[in-house]
Amino acid sequence: MASLEIITYPDERLKQVAQPVERFDEALRRFVERLEQTMRDAPGGVGIAAPQVGHLFRIAIVDVSSRPKIACNGRMVLINPEILSWEGMVKGREGCMSVPDFTGNVVRAECITVSALDETGRQREYRCTGYEARAVQHEIDHLDGLLFLDRLVSRRTDLFPRKNYGSRKSA
Amino acid sequence: MSDWYMLTVVGEDRPGIVARVTKALFEGGCNLGEASMMRLGGSFTIMLMVELEGTGERLLRLVEPVAGSLGLHVHVDAIAGRLHRHLEPDVSVTVYGADRAGIVARVTGALAEAGLHILELRSDVAGSKENPIYIMHIEGHAARGIDALRTALSQLGLEDIEVHLEPVTTMLG
Repeated sequence: MASLEIITYPDERLKQVAQPVERFDEALRRFVERLEQTMRDAPGGVGIAAPQVGHLFRIAIVDVSSRPKIACNGRMVLINPEILSWEGMVKGREGCMSVPDFTGNVVRAECITVSALDETGRQREYRCTGYEARAVQHEIDHLDGLLFLDRLVSRRTDLFPRKNYGSRKSA
Repeated sequence: MSDWYMLTVVGEDRPGIVARVTKALFEGGCNLGEASMMRLGGSFTIMLMVELEGTGERLLRLVEPVAGSLGLHVHVDAIAGRLHRHLEPDVSVTVYGADRAGIVARVTGALAEAGLHILELRSDVAGSKENPIYIMHIEGHAARGIDALRTALSQLGLEDIEVHLEPVTTMLG
């Protein structure tokens, strides 16, 4: 199965708000399959959102299970997702397939609960922390026309990442 | 054919320097690349990748009138560097403690021997005149892994200095 073409900023579709999915049919499932393939074909890609292939619907996929030593829910298809709760703030580095050759620091909630429909229309709820929570928030941002560039923070604003608080001389 | 130059401008800081220098460059037909401007000890400093058709002398002539009127020093180097050559950091190091001579040399010396390639470094002296605190933040690439850096730092014997080493994991979405 061929990958879909990833559009890159300044393509204006990346700055638009995506529409909710209403029909959970075979066409949707085929699209989700191709979107997932596109994510897996991108080196290092752990998430993708439909607007990144120019499809302005509220569909995202996150799967961080390829990364070593992190807690995760495995493959998550997030259709019409909604973040129900946030907890903690942590700074981390992000890059985006739609913004090649740049990475930057972004503050995200450390722990979230997200509800979404899967590709069969079934209601799901996930609790995500750390790296996975970051990926989910990054992808949901795409559905609202937001890029990580909209949330960049200065490297000076947070000299010590929050997760370090309380630890002394980690070196 | 156009070439890339590194333009360095240094002098007493005041508002509006970036705007006036870059206006002169724009009007001279230059294209700007990556840049880093910092106010260091009350001085204005900037290093700026500039692309133009012509020689470094031509670039110097473009900047000198505005630099002269602002009392700034200008330096131009032809560079082999180009855009889109970023290296991704995979470790961040924060060092702080009571200020004294030799902190940077010892810490970066140990880190370099353990395989660290520094991609970005920012340091500051805070606190008061009587009790200055030295603070340094580094982002870099650990060619031999982070544990090699940890080991090197732990053997330094810098008990009065706080050193925090954190992996930087970039999330690509």
